[in-house]
Amino acid sequence: MGQRILIDPITRIEGHLRIEVEVENGKVKDAWSSGQMFRGIEMMLKGRDPRDAHHFVQRSCGVCTYIHALSSVRAVEAACNITIPDNARIIRNLLHGAQYQHDHIVHFYHLHALDWVDIVSALSADPVKTASLSENVSGRPGTAEYFRTVQDKLKTFVNSGQLGPFNNAYWGHPAYLLPAEANLMAASHYLEALKLQAKAARMHAIFGGKNPHPQSLVVGGVTCIGDLTPERLDEFTQIWKETKEFVDQVYIPDLLAVASFYKDWAGIGGNNTTYLAYGDFPRKGVDDDLLLPGGVLMGDLTPRSLDTNLITEDVTRGWYEPGEARHPYQGETRPIPAEVTYNTEDKYSWMKAPRYDGRSAEVGPLARNLVAYTRGQKDVKQLVDHVLTTLGVGTEALFSTLGRTAARGIETVVVGNAMESWIDELRSNIARGDKEIYQPWIMPDTGMGYGLNDVPRGALGHWIEIDKKKIKNYQYVVPSTWNLGPSDATNQKGPVENSLIGTPVADPKQPLEILRTVHSYDPCIACAVHVIDPHTNETYKVRVI
Amino acid sequence: MKTDQQTEFYENLEKKGVSRRDFLKYCTALTATMGLSYSCVGKVAEQIEAAAAQRPAVIWLHFGECTGCSEAFLRTPDVGGIILETISVEYHETIMAASGHQAEQNLHNAVKQYDGKFVCVVEGAIATAHNGAYGKIGGRTFLDIAWDVIPRAAATIAIGSCAAYGGVAAAAPNPGGYKGVTDAIGAPAINLPGCPMNPLNLLGTILKYLNNEPMEMDGYGRPLFAYGESVHDRCPRLKHYENFEFATEFGSKEVEMGYCLLDLGCKGPDTYNNCPTAKFNDSTSFPIQAGHPCIGCSEPGFWDYMTPFYEET
Repeated sequence: MGQRILIDPITRIEGHLRIEVEVENGKVKDAWSSGQMFRGIEMMLKGRDPRDAHHFVQRSCGVCTYIHALSSVRAVEAACNITIPDNARIIRNLLHGAQYQHDHIVHFYHLHALDWVDIVSALSADPVKTASLSENVSGRPGTAEYFRTVQDKLKTFVNSGQLGPFNNAYWGHPAYLLPAEANLMAASHYLEALKLQAKAARMHAIFGGKNPHPQSLVVGGVTCIGDLTPERLDEFTQIWKETKEFVDQVYIPDLLAVASFYKDWAGIGGNNTTYLAYGDFPRKGVDDDLLLPGGVLMGDLTPRSLDTNLITEDVTRGWYEPGEARHPYQGETRPIPAEVTYNTEDKYSWMKAPRYDGRSAEVGPLARNLVAYTRGQKDVKQLVDHVLTTLGVGTEALFSTLGRTAARGIETVVVGNAMESWIDELRSNIARGDKEIYQPWIMPDTGMGYGLNDVPRGALGHWIEIDKKKIKNYQYVVPSTWNLGPSDATNQKGPVENSLIGTPVADPKQPLEILRTVHSYDPCIACAVHVIDPHTNETYKVRVI
Repeated sequence: MKTDQQTEFYENLEKKGVSRRDFLKYCTALTATMGLSYSCVGKVAEQIEAAAAQRPAVIWLHFGECTGCSEAFLRTPDVGGIILETISVEYHETIMAASGHQAEQNLHNAVKQYDGKFVCVVEGAIATAHNGAYGKIGGRTFLDIAWDVIPRAAATIAIGSCAAYGGVAAAAPNPGGYKGVTDAIGAPAINLPGCPMNPLNLLGTILKYLNNEPMEMDGYGRPLFAYGESVHDRCPRLKHYENFEFATEFGSKEVEMGYCLLDLGCKGPDTYNNCPTAKFNDSTSFPIQAGHPCIGCSEPGFWDYMTPFYEET
């Protein structure tokens, strides 16, 4: 038996995640992913007004904000047969697109970059050489003076002795391969991106009132009627443009520059065979003509149509009472109502294990890229080919930690570009007097429906059953549950667990390489563990005020 | 007109790489919305100068939460300057580079080094059922960590409705037995509720704390400078309420004309917060401006007491 390494907490993610691996001969032999918290939002929803659900579920996560609210209103609209006005579709797309831009930039620079970029090494960089490096690779080159200023700022910070968030990390680890100048350039862009993301989030505030947790969605449409003015649209357009320029000129060049030093990672962190995408960004009706297509790849590169009936969740290795794997509509979950024991041989996580046709499936940017590529989506195909050519690697490189991180950048560009057409559509609708954003409707006594979307972290679905105008059952199956869920009744591991197997670990005391693969999935654990109904079949009575 | 003191302050900031424009804009927002004075800002400048040797240590704990309040904090226009030059964030799971054992070591060392001197920011509610089994970090329950760290802080700021009062995690039937900081361990805290809290309110609180200004609070532990008046009383739609002009449908002409959203379920009259004046995301908007009723998110127990959200209370 090899050496066990436990990493808890995994930081630079949302939520509370524990990763354990067994290392033998310098490589990961086995891995376990464990969610360490739950709140139980689904059970809170029972008996409540279906119109309120989106506010509750949005609080699953403040990093992946907005997206659960979107799934939720789509589910209730499906259950109540509501068709939203075209402007509502466009505004929802714009908010969703803005989330992609913001989320992926923050992930690359603030959650993932420090796995590849050694901040301490940046202190010894030559600012003049850094300027010429940025001249060569960046769409927004900086001067030597600029890089010197950033370096001085970092030096002052380090010399203060209070390293704060940068304290006690794996600096100097042999797996850091960037030259000092590339580290300084990336560190500078880390700070630039910190400013940019605050601005990019204003796109949400314009049509959503605030970010995180925008508040303009309602079942039936959106509410931001007062913001459909030429001035507001210009404000949105300006921020969209500035964000897009950052993506094109800074993020993508940085991604390619960093990747060129870490091509080994195009052969590490893959190992999955099933990829699932629901697809998103409706360009006409809700289910028609998606910008990012849906589909499933099962062991080959022939995309199959999605069948939501094949989705189940298995609870064998989670801290739940025994039960068979169930479809979300029949979702029944009984947590152990006591102190729980972490045991990698038995139960070890608060997450359930979602399966598609019995298989564990990777979701997220890589799955979306692969489905879009194999379906011949032109924008995605062109960018994927461009990235592969630039890095001088073949398509097999996509199935890796590096491929996953590149896929995220690629779709940031694709979605960002598409946003322009939605702004134009909205503008022209308003110009000809169409400001309809809400479809009035009446709550039926009963109904069932689901809302699917594909969100920055992957395929997301919410399932609702309404009875007596209240929520009878509400289940959601979340990207990070797909990706970071545990093993199942057949001992089939989850995607992150699979991906970790074979990962080299140079120093078990500093498992930097583990973080690279885990972070490449952009985990969100508060989302992943939201389920639970300890009192099955018991409906909570709504307090009437 | 700026005084010499202010000019010097901005120059000092610029030397530290903080854009004068960003900071000026930010301070204007703070002073306008919170009654903070320029002299207060000036004293903070001195604090920052004095802190060149040592910045105030902040330990930021994440419990049963969604990270929305951290995200809100990150939307502060010059958050990089705050993190690198104003305060020292010793522990913060979302942004810190270290993981696992090294992260735990950072927490342990910071509590030891700054014992009795650090500011503890708490985000998220604390699970108390089954001995806290429903929430753990590094094998320890949230409850254990809270007992260990919070009593040793110079001051505790509970950000967001979860840390203040339990928030969504404590919504009925609250399977994890989630509670806010004061309810869970009896420790005093400055509560900055909201879902998420407005980052201006956090910054305003930190400025007042650094400046040793007295913090007047209401019965729910909320600073009056931010939570002293209801959303309704500060609402730009108030005059329509007074004229009995109420919107009855989302996205309608009446909503566009600024009519009151009370009939659509607005909880503004029962909700104490400065959203209409402070706004969010660099003064871009707030929910009522976006045509959506207030859901009462800075009130204790609002997930139960304010629902159904779309019914008039």
